[in-house]
Amino acid sequence: MPIGRLFSGSGREWATPSASRTTGPIEGRRRRFPWLRTRADKVPWIPIFIIVFLLLLPALLADVITVHDPLRGVLADRLTPPAWIEGGSWTYPLGTDKQGRDLLTRIIYGARISLAVASLTILVGASVGTTLGLLAGYFGGWIDRVVSWLIDTFLSLPIVLLALVIVAVIGPSFVTIVTIIAITMWAYFARQVRGDTLAAREAEYVARSKVAGSSAWRILLRHILPNIANTLIVLATLQVGVVILEESSLSFIGAGIPRPNPSWGVMVAGGRDQVLIAWWISLFPGLAILLVVLSLNLLGDWLRDFLDPKMRQRR
Amino acid sequence: MNGTADDGGGASVAGPVLEVKDLVTHLYTRWGITKAVDGVSLQLFPGEMLGIVGESGSGKSMLALSLVRLVPEPAGRILGGQVFLGGRDLLSLSEKQMRKIRGREVSMILQDPQQSLNPVYSVGNQIAEAIRLHDVAVSSREVLERSIAALHSVQVPAPERRLRSFPHQMSGGMKQRVVGAMAISCRPSVLIADEPTTALDVTIQAQYLRLLDEIRKQTSIAIILITHDFGVIAESCDRVAVMYAGRIVEQGPVSDIFDKPEHPYTQALLKARPRLARKAERLPSIEGQPPSLIDLPPGCSFAPRCPVALTSCENQYPPSFEVGDHHVAACWLVEEML
Repeated sequence: MPIGRLFSGSGREWATPSASRTTGPIEGRRRRFPWLRTRADKVPWIPIFIIVFLLLLPALLADVITVHDPLRGVLADRLTPPAWIEGGSWTYPLGTDKQGRDLLTRIIYGARISLAVASLTILVGASVGTTLGLLAGYFGGWIDRVVSWLIDTFLSLPIVLLALVIVAVIGPSFVTIVTIIAITMWAYFARQVRGDTLAAREAEYVARSKVAGSSAWRILLRHILPNIANTLIVLATLQVGVVILEESSLSFIGAGIPRPNPSWGVMVAGGRDQVLIAWWISLFPGLAILLVVLSLNLLGDWLRDFLDPKMRQRR
Repeated sequence: MNGTADDGGGASVAGPVLEVKDLVTHLYTRWGITKAVDGVSLQLFPGEMLGIVGESGSGKSMLALSLVRLVPEPAGRILGGQVFLGGRDLLSLSEKQMRKIRGREVSMILQDPQQSLNPVYSVGNQIAEAIRLHDVAVSSREVLERSIAALHSVQVPAPERRLRSFPHQMSGGMKQRVVGAMAISCRPSVLIADEPTTALDVTIQAQYLRLLDEIRKQTSIAIILITHDFGVIAESCDRVAVMYAGRIVEQGPVSDIFDKPEHPYTQALLKARPRLARKAERLPSIEGQPPSLIDLPPGCSFAPRCPVALTSCENQYPPSFEVGDHHVAACWLVEEML
């Protein structure tokens, strides 16, 4: 997880969306890395382009845009280098692995796995986390104590260890990995939503709504949730990158997506032995992970500024 | 239900719309029990504006919140008394019944109306919510008409266009009016305004007070205006209740209180007002601090600061003595003079 966060700053900035453009750590980073700058008025087209063409489109259209089989290779063509290198051919633009499977095809199918894992875990995590966070933040008392304790507990779970144990017992599968990642994912959302709710609960418009006769549910769903939606969207975007990294890491150590499936993490792991003679097997899926996660972080960064109501007036 | 709002119209001889008897609200804090409201009784008549004045921490806001049963829980608790509205004791209702009363029969304008509007919804959307909250069956056409009427009654220009505005597109005074429109959109019989003008600048304050006055004349709504500013009281109220340390120490028609205040605290408060006629000398102030509401003295809570305190003042809290027409003061000195 921290690898992705390197590019989005200290990693905690999203928790307190900073509106300042003149001071603070974000500005410092902007000065040092001007090419990484995100500004509310500059739509980050490059990250969006990368996300669309490396993650979304491949995931949705994998069977339409590929000609090779992602699981079965042509052994005669094994270890073909990328097309632009001597010995390569445009039949396999990014080359093949040791079983003669086309790397590009597998990367495209890998996007499908990454996106599926990310959307499922974030859907589950965000729903559970938001619900618990809202309840804990608004009602306080024992609900808050229980939920806060759960958040702390689940955030301190060593996810890799947990995954290894679970996989050792019931074996690796798509469902297992989604469950493992979702188990900790909800806590990030719950922590964020609880804090935001605590602040929003004290807002005057909540008091006014109470005075006008609103029930607790109405206040939570109509007044508090829409007001914390901004940070939820930002958090969800940033967490997509986190999930992709987690899934890749777990797949890399064999505790994630089971072997023949083309997860990016599995592919990087698969090329490890040949990295000196066939570097492309590990490099291209690795690059895919890097570009997608970096783009997601930059997009999340921009969304945070863009959705900040204080920035809205300056546009 | 709707009858209660209409009955009051014009008839000032009718009984009170709101009657509070011996209301006691305590706050259970880390440092002890704060007697924020300690036996308050008052009556509110249809179409009148009652001012409640007092220092910060005198229990004014807690009194207001107690009336609609929104004392911050679990720290605050209403321990006793009755609040009669339309023949029912609000303190004995269930929370669900109480929700139907809030906004429909008793409305409230809070201290900071600038922040009282939800930034993510348009004005029309929020007024519509206030209406729909209590009238589930109304058609959207009727909601629109009533929203426009509500904005019209608080003198918002071009209400049709304002409905589409968002709070950040409006000035402070305008937001204030919108909050007022929401508060009266269900035609309540009582409106509690808790320092509604504190966050506004002085010219807008005066405008707003005039507006409240006009709403009262048009709708015969009874208004409780909570403030720490005697000037505001003088400008707009019929009667005034002076609060000190959780109790009402003096209550009566505004002119009586201003002309012949009987309670030493009221006298001191009135003396401490800045006035243009007076030259730039130091303003008189009241010696000492308001008592901590946690360990109140057994007798009159103003006794430690009172320039004319008697020994009896320190032993027993004085009952309310009638000193004039509807003018009562809780002070032993008054008894001496009677």
